[in-house]
Amino acid sequence: MTGLSTDFLIKDGPPAQAVVDVTFTLREGEVLGLVGESGCGKTTLILSLMRLLPANGRIVDGTVLLNGIDLLSLSEREMARMRWNEIAIIFQGAMNALNPVRTVGDQIAEALTQFEDLATKKVVDDRVAELLDLVGIGPERRDQYPHQYSGGMRQRAMIAMALACNPQIVIADEPTTALDVMVQAQILELMEKLRDVLGLSIIFVTHDLGVVAEMCDSVLVMYGGVTAEYADVDTIYNDPQHPYTRELLRAFPDISRPAEKLASIPGFPPRLNALPPGCRFAPRCPSAVEVCHTLQPAQHRLDDGHLASCHLVDPAGIPVLGQEKGQ
Amino acid sequence: MEEARRPVIEVNDLRKYFPVSPTSLLDRQEKHVHAVDGVNLVVGAGEVLALVGESGCGKSTLALTLMGLEPMTTGSVKIAGDEIGTMKGKDMRALRQHIQMIFQDPYESLNPVMKIGDIVAEPLKVHGLAKDKGEQRERVFRALEDSGLKPADNFAGRYPHQLSGGQRQRVAIAAALVLEPKVLLADEPVSMLDVSIRAEILNLLLALRQARGISILLITHDLGTVGYVADRIAVMYLGRIVETGSTLQILKNPQHPYTRALLSVSPVPNPRQRRERIILQGETPNPIDLPGGCRFHPRCPIARPECSQIDPALEMVPAGHEVACLVVSGQVD
Repeated sequence: MTGLSTDFLIKDGPPAQAVVDVTFTLREGEVLGLVGESGCGKTTLILSLMRLLPANGRIVDGTVLLNGIDLLSLSEREMARMRWNEIAIIFQGAMNALNPVRTVGDQIAEALTQFEDLATKKVVDDRVAELLDLVGIGPERRDQYPHQYSGGMRQRAMIAMALACNPQIVIADEPTTALDVMVQAQILELMEKLRDVLGLSIIFVTHDLGVVAEMCDSVLVMYGGVTAEYADVDTIYNDPQHPYTRELLRAFPDISRPAEKLASIPGFPPRLNALPPGCRFAPRCPSAVEVCHTLQPAQHRLDDGHLASCHLVDPAGIPVLGQEKGQ
Repeated sequence: MEEARRPVIEVNDLRKYFPVSPTSLLDRQEKHVHAVDGVNLVVGAGEVLALVGESGCGKSTLALTLMGLEPMTTGSVKIAGDEIGTMKGKDMRALRQHIQMIFQDPYESLNPVMKIGDIVAEPLKVHGLAKDKGEQRERVFRALEDSGLKPADNFAGRYPHQLSGGQRQRVAIAAALVLEPKVLLADEPVSMLDVSIRAEILNLLLALRQARGISILLITHDLGTVGYVADRIAVMYLGRIVETGSTLQILKNPQHPYTRALLSVSPVPNPRQRRERIILQGETPNPIDLPGGCRFHPRCPIARPECSQIDPALEMVPAGHEVACLVVSGQVD
């Protein structure tokens, strides 16, 4: 369906490079996991994609192609049509963003009429009923208020709103973080169903590596604003090449292997105004060698669709990005 | 082996009901939220017991009751052999030295206008435990260093906002340790922290158990974390413990249908281990009007007709492994 490729850079006094040279492809019905610690640029990346950056944010390089149309070259007016109609987003904590004094049904109807000219009230009503049914909310609950909904039901309502205009892509930013594990499973199952039924492509932003393993087809691991590693889900979990990916996995408890030793990753992700001169992960990296502290690694292509930004990856890997861009 | 441990916490048929204000004048019958409804629990010296359950199952109320912060409705709680139900004032305060709590959110549990050294010294002052400034300082510094904030000198003069989330949680642990308690109640101690530093805090708790023989009651909904730190697990549903056993018994061979469902939906970080999820529909029922019989039967995938009639007690399956389920214990076919 699409080839998406984006580079970003954020301006803030001396420009802080919040996202640098990130490339990925999202196909129809594909679920991409975007993972990394807090402050690794995940949210900036998706805000750039939606062109919803705060005033001081600038996209300085790259292209975002959606069905061959470059989103970055669209006028603000054209982009506004793209949002919700083509790409919808469910923000982190959005389930607390419902208007408390309006019924859920009304709020979904508003999402519909704002972007689509649906002539009659009946058409709108029918569509609201259809959306509620799609996300598993009984029709009798459309006239209830958000406080009458549980957390899981509110998240379903938010998903219904995101789907209002039939988007091709849904970006979900930590959609299950505040939910209990059983409710989380219900929401994940719903998202899998939507992917199968509607052919929806999903970008799943999370720090929960368990959820990513269960849900995603491909994974983009971000660190300090750059792609640490990008590959299909099996490669990321069973043959990771970037030390950051490996360390993240070692730090994540695996319920199927109790009593296994858990590791922590000492230190913190770099601040954007104080980036290390070499690889951004080098100060925390257990395998770092001298060159890592002085020279930024290029993104190496290891296999078809497998990228890793590390000096230590298989020397046969050919640097494909970054360096060429530098010319 | 675990039986040999001297019990530090003994909970017997503990109940905690909260009255609900009537919604109408006609509603004469007084109703209650059955937050904790007949819990039996033993935590041995130096043992890490994980209390696992979803929001609203009563695990946090249970913790507050153990701390004496919520008076119990009926039942018995003994901390280091002393019954807390009958204690008042001074005795209660003395008892609280033995049991200290760490909360979930280190961004909210520390007073932002107090220095780290003062935060950790506060419990000593409240309990009047330090003879003089010198002893106070020494005990505060020891607690900070035992919690991994070394050198303590560097941290005592700082304010909470100058520390990272992991460091703040260490301060909360130091403030609990300074009284040299026998038990730590840790309510979701790592759920607000980034994955990369969770292991540090969990390792710290394990090290404290090792070095000081402290018992830890870990309250969490994250079964992944539990496998790593706990000796035993108790699974709670709607105010009751429905299954308890060693960590391996519960994680490798769960018996209660609720535990099985919970485990099946706990994500495993390996795409080669995607499993069939047992998804329970709906949500935990309201603890005001509890279902009759087994309280899990309306959501249970293996419920039999009898389950709506008989309230099952915990039955031993093999040694050390107890389950409250009529089907599993063979009382119905």
